[in-house]
Amino acid sequence: MSDDQPVLSIGGATAALGARPVLRGVDLAVRPGEVVALLGANGSGKSTVIRSVIGQVPLTGGTITLFGTEQKRFRDWARVGYVPQRTTAASGVPATIREVVSSGRLSRRKFGWLTKDDKAAVERAIDLVGLADRAGDSVSALSGGQHQRVLIARALASEPELLIMDEPMAGVDLASQEILASTLREQVAGGTSVLLVLHELGPLEPLIDRAVVLRDGCVVHDGPPPEALGQHALPGHDHVHPHAAGEPLRTGLLT
Amino acid sequence: MDFLEPAFMQRALIAALLVGITAPAVGVYLVQRRQALMGDGIGHVAMTGVGLGFLMSANPVWMATLVAVVGSVVMELIRAYGKTRGDMALALLFYGGMAGGVLLINLSSTGSNANLTSYLFGSLTTVSPEDITAIGILAAFVVLVTVGLRRQLFAVSQDEEFARVTGLPVRALNLLIAVTAAVTVTVAMRVVGLLLVSALMVVPVAAAQQLSKSFRATFAGAVLIGVVVALSGTVTTYYVAAPPGATIVLYAIGVFILLTLLATPLAKRRARAAEAATRDCDARVPATRRPTDDVKV
Repeated sequence: MSDDQPVLSIGGATAALGARPVLRGVDLAVRPGEVVALLGANGSGKSTVIRSVIGQVPLTGGTITLFGTEQKRFRDWARVGYVPQRTTAASGVPATIREVVSSGRLSRRKFGWLTKDDKAAVERAIDLVGLADRAGDSVSALSGGQHQRVLIARALASEPELLIMDEPMAGVDLASQEILASTLREQVAGGTSVLLVLHELGPLEPLIDRAVVLRDGCVVHDGPPPEALGQHALPGHDHVHPHAAGEPLRTGLLT
Repeated sequence: MDFLEPAFMQRALIAALLVGITAPAVGVYLVQRRQALMGDGIGHVAMTGVGLGFLMSANPVWMATLVAVVGSVVMELIRAYGKTRGDMALALLFYGGMAGGVLLINLSSTGSNANLTSYLFGSLTTVSPEDITAIGILAAFVVLVTVGLRRQLFAVSQDEEFARVTGLPVRALNLLIAVTAAVTVTVAMRVVGLLLVSALMVVPVAAAQQLSKSFRATFAGAVLIGVVVALSGTVTTYYVAAPPGATIVLYAIGVFILLTLLATPLAKRRARAAEAATRDCDARVPATRRPTDDVKV
């Protein structure tokens, strides 16, 4: 693979939910080491793009290529770290941060025991998001921002080359946003490429190389991050509303 | 220890032990997936299998296993693909299974509603040596799956979407959980009965998680509680004329209440410790706007 070959490229992607077209010919590329933000209003198709990349939403047309391989034939998922849009990392049974983050290692070692290397990678990922002192605590005892940090650590556990994040800042307090931004900065410095859905740029702004703005399933801007407009441009505007509590968004309609 | 003397009690205790291990071992994943009542649904479907076993003069345990496995696979497919009215489809399956069982057993020459009762509420003391063989084989399968694949099943039950992105065969694992649950239901059928199976899958897990912080501890605790209540319930029925299934389930609920009461002061102490660690509340919060700012939206 040559150096400029995109780690992710989407060409002419179309997708529909029922009869409604959600993506209408989306072109997008993420080159090695690049940080690309997907912006757009609710319903513009941001999450659908992300979910089609990870194979959760089938395309009706167009292509997706990951590390030079067509997405349908792509098997090397350890190279991709995925952070879903969630407000919680908890489930019906208690689990510690370490246990949740360990499942991120499954893409490296699907079956068999965790080796010393795997365990070290898990501890490193937990440390990266600043939760090392709480690794043995139950995730249900964490705040919203800490949940998001656990989900990011889980994605980092496989030591991915491409990080895909769906609204990692949703419902996250400012302190956690800063920690996430510095985690991401370290990853990017180490050569990781990032594609992330954002509602607004916030503390991640200086990290972002390129912004792709979607409207009604079409790319309307692909270039330097746009200037914030309207209410979002106000100094100190702090966009931290949580999204639909608990319920993972399956339709992509709302995001 | 005179309860160990009779052969029927030895068989009953072996069956109870296996159920005490397997039911919570599967139940922990069902609870994690928030499908706590799945076992109940499978139990209803398994009744058709029992009826079929009587009608065809086959071993009801194996017949129930077969039908429960088919039923659980159908339920999982409905869950995975059904976008609308999933609950309706499940309800049809539950009550269809129950009605099928009652109908088939009455059609058979050897069966009657009285036979059905022993499967509905368990009939530990009539467990035959062949039953023990069947239960033993099925229990070995359940333990192999729930312990051997715990990392994979944990990931799939915790966050299905994420598990898919790690490249795990999520659909196969979901089906495996469903099949394992179905097998467990039939393992537990003779001990606690089809109507109370679900309790032994869920209540020990609920009890264990009152005290535990981790999945590992919840799993181990639930199995331990399952074994203790299954064995002690069985022994109780040797001395007291009580139905074993109901006794075991009530013991499990007793343990749940006990641990919940114990957990309350423990949680308070943990909260106090956490509070002490973050006593420092003296942080300055800078204002983002001043009264003189000209703010236009």
